[in-house]
Amino acid sequence: MLTIKDISASVDGKEILKGINLTIKAGEVHVIMGPNGSGKSTLSKVVAGHPDYQITNGEIVYDINFKKKNLLDMEPDVRAKEGIFMGFQYPVEIPSVSNEEFLRAAFNEICKYQGVEDMDPLDFQDFLKEKMDFLGMGEKFINRELNVGFSGGEKKRNEILQMAVLSPKISFLDETDSGLDVDALRVVGEGINKLKRRDNAIILITHYHRLLDYVKPDFVHVMYDGKIVKTGEESLAYDIEKNGYDSIIKESQN
Amino acid sequence: MVGNEQFLSKDYKYGFTTNIEVDELPKGLNEDIIKAISKKKGEPEFMLNFRLSVFEKWKTMAEPHWADFDYNPIDYQNLKYYSAPKKKDGPKSMDEVDPELLDTFEKLGVPIHERARLAGVAIDAVFDSVSVATTHQELLSKHGVIFCPISEAVKKHPELVQKYLGTVVPPTDNFFASLNSAVFSDGSFVYIPKNVRCPMDLSTYFRINASETGQFERTLIIADEGSYVSYIEGCTAPMRDENQLHAAVVELIALKDAEIKYSTVQNWYAGDKNGVGGIYNFVTKRGKCAGSGAKISWTQVEAGSALTWKYPSVILQGDNSIGEFYSVALTNNYMKADTGTKMIHIGKNTRSRIISKGISAEYSTNTYRGLVRIAPSAENARNYSQCDSLLVGDKCSANTFPYLEVKNSSATLEHEATTSKISTDQIFYLNSRGLSTESAISLLINGFCKEVFKELPLEFSVEAVRLLEMRLEGSIG
Ligand SMILES: Nc1ncnc2c1ncn2[C@@H]1O[C@H](COP(=O)(O)OP(=O)(O)OP(=O)(O)O)[C@@H](O)[C@H]1O
Ligand SMILES: [Mg+2]
Repeated sequence: MLTIKDISASVDGKEILKGINLTIKAGEVHVIMGPNGSGKSTLSKVVAGHPDYQITNGEIVYDINFKKKNLLDMEPDVRAKEGIFMGFQYPVEIPSVSNEEFLRAAFNEICKYQGVEDMDPLDFQDFLKEKMDFLGMGEKFINRELNVGFSGGEKKRNEILQMAVLSPKISFLDETDSGLDVDALRVVGEGINKLKRRDNAIILITHYHRLLDYVKPDFVHVMYDGKIVKTGEESLAYDIEKNGYDSIIKESQN
Repeated sequence: MVGNEQFLSKDYKYGFTTNIEVDELPKGLNEDIIKAISKKKGEPEFMLNFRLSVFEKWKTMAEPHWADFDYNPIDYQNLKYYSAPKKKDGPKSMDEVDPELLDTFEKLGVPIHERARLAGVAIDAVFDSVSVATTHQELLSKHGVIFCPISEAVKKHPELVQKYLGTVVPPTDNFFASLNSAVFSDGSFVYIPKNVRCPMDLSTYFRINASETGQFERTLIIADEGSYVSYIEGCTAPMRDENQLHAAVVELIALKDAEIKYSTVQNWYAGDKNGVGGIYNFVTKRGKCAGSGAKISWTQVEAGSALTWKYPSVILQGDNSIGEFYSVALTNNYMKADTGTKMIHIGKNTRSRIISKGISAEYSTNTYRGLVRIAPSAENARNYSQCDSLLVGDKCSANTFPYLEVKNSSATLEHEATTSKISTDQIFYLNSRGLSTESAISLLINGFCKEVFKELPLEFSVEAVRLLEMRLEGSIG
């Protein structure tokens, strides 16, 4: 579904990603772990098309509806319309735009792009209510300004709400589990699990295995210094949490 | 790099010129020119005397240079003060209006043509110095509403004109108002009789076409006791390298329990990317709540002009009267806007509300300048002011100057001000949810301006959003 081939990317001439290879198939869940500053967020932003990063090498092929598309040729909004989603590690605050207005505008713009009929405001409200119940979110969020004054945990939950509404094909969730209390972690974890389908794929970027109690991964990758240095199964996440990254990093340097 | 540089400013789509035969007066300003204007309009004696006496005073006045910025000096002797499309006699019906003019207004999206006419809005179309067409006359007159070119009102309703003209904006109020009083050529006149709710929105569309010509329109709106009217003003001009002067005067009078809602979407040509050309928009707009319980609301979307000085104000004379000012001012490239309001509280329990939204981009300067004056007589007066600035990029500037003069201690005044910035991260966040940069900007602008847009008549608020988007394209990223 998504093939990242030898991607290198830099900011102001400083190389951050140094040849990333990753193949993601429909129905899979991947986990990316790695020490702070290893390039995990950068990788997801490069996939989403953040303008700060220059791609110096490689390509990203997106395989959808039996068509291969070159992701790097698309504007960020087109990538989103094609089904790429990124849950932000630090969701951005947008004053004076309400959560609902924003979600409806995004939803309708994606509908338009995909040639399906958009929803009128009332139907959309019902649709949204359903998604919110599903994530155990109170209705008060809906009329508030987008992410403004949301607590850390509320912002993360709001990211998952957006994912639920936009139903993307490929979702990079960047530390969506950070800053959540135990109950919120369960709600978000179960939510993500319910959003997992046979025709989509989820990439979880995380520092902890606890989210994996709810969402079972097919692969666990370890990033270090802009590269994927190890790939394993779920057990790798437990190893890391117990023993840290030292031995993996040493191993990769030999 | 995925940037926004493909959003180069779209051309100003109203920048075309209409080729039409004109009847104009030579350049220059003197008594003979004023007499000639008055004669062309067939004005009664009182009007000519009004003009000449103001002109005497104007000659002794100095051009103001007090705002934050300076401009190319205006050579008043090198301007034309009258230019009108040639015609036989004033058009009596739409069929007699020059098709070239109908086309022009149609291209501008102002349907004055019989078949394209808007159902709910009566339109007065002003082309350079004269009004060329006023629609829906019959229906309006059935309700006793007078809506006609001011040049016609001077002849047909001299008692009303004489009673009210210059009572809100005294002829010597300021340099540009005086100039206007001496040389104004046309504009709209509205009178709503007692207890009549005007059956439709009234609208005037101003078009500058001729070059080297100043536009000095004059609008006078009188809402008699217990009446209501909503009035809309729109304007455009061709693209020219020279600066053109537009010095209008608008006077509103709301008598006891009357309400006037005045909305403007100003889209004069603003000059090119380098600040060459554009309209100098020096306008005096003022309303008077003359009776108790009267209400005047100004709503403006200022998106054009190279230079804008404009402070639509309300004199709250009647007890319990209300003044409102809702404004969105957008500046881009090298535009400069200095706009705001004055709320002059005289009566008891008078209330005023000021909501100002300034959006600045590129090298532009956007200033809010406002005065709230509470006179000693204004027992229990209240004012709420909110001035927000939104910056796009970091080369532009935004200033807020709220002046207060409180002479009665029972007054309650509240003031809030914020400054924010559209960041690339905000745009990327919205992009990553499927919103194109254009839609993202529209969402942000809409959100920022919503308290003002909701005051506009519906079709105008849609138009206003589109206008702001168009003006901002190319500036974000
Ligand atoms: N826009 C930028 N400008 C400058 N440096 C950047 C930028 N984006 C990323 N970097 C640098 O690239 C490196 C990788 O950052 P990234 O955010 O991808 O790390 P991460 O793996 O997500 O870390 P964390 O676990 O702390 O979230 C860091 O050293 C960071 O400072
Ligand atoms: Mg990160």
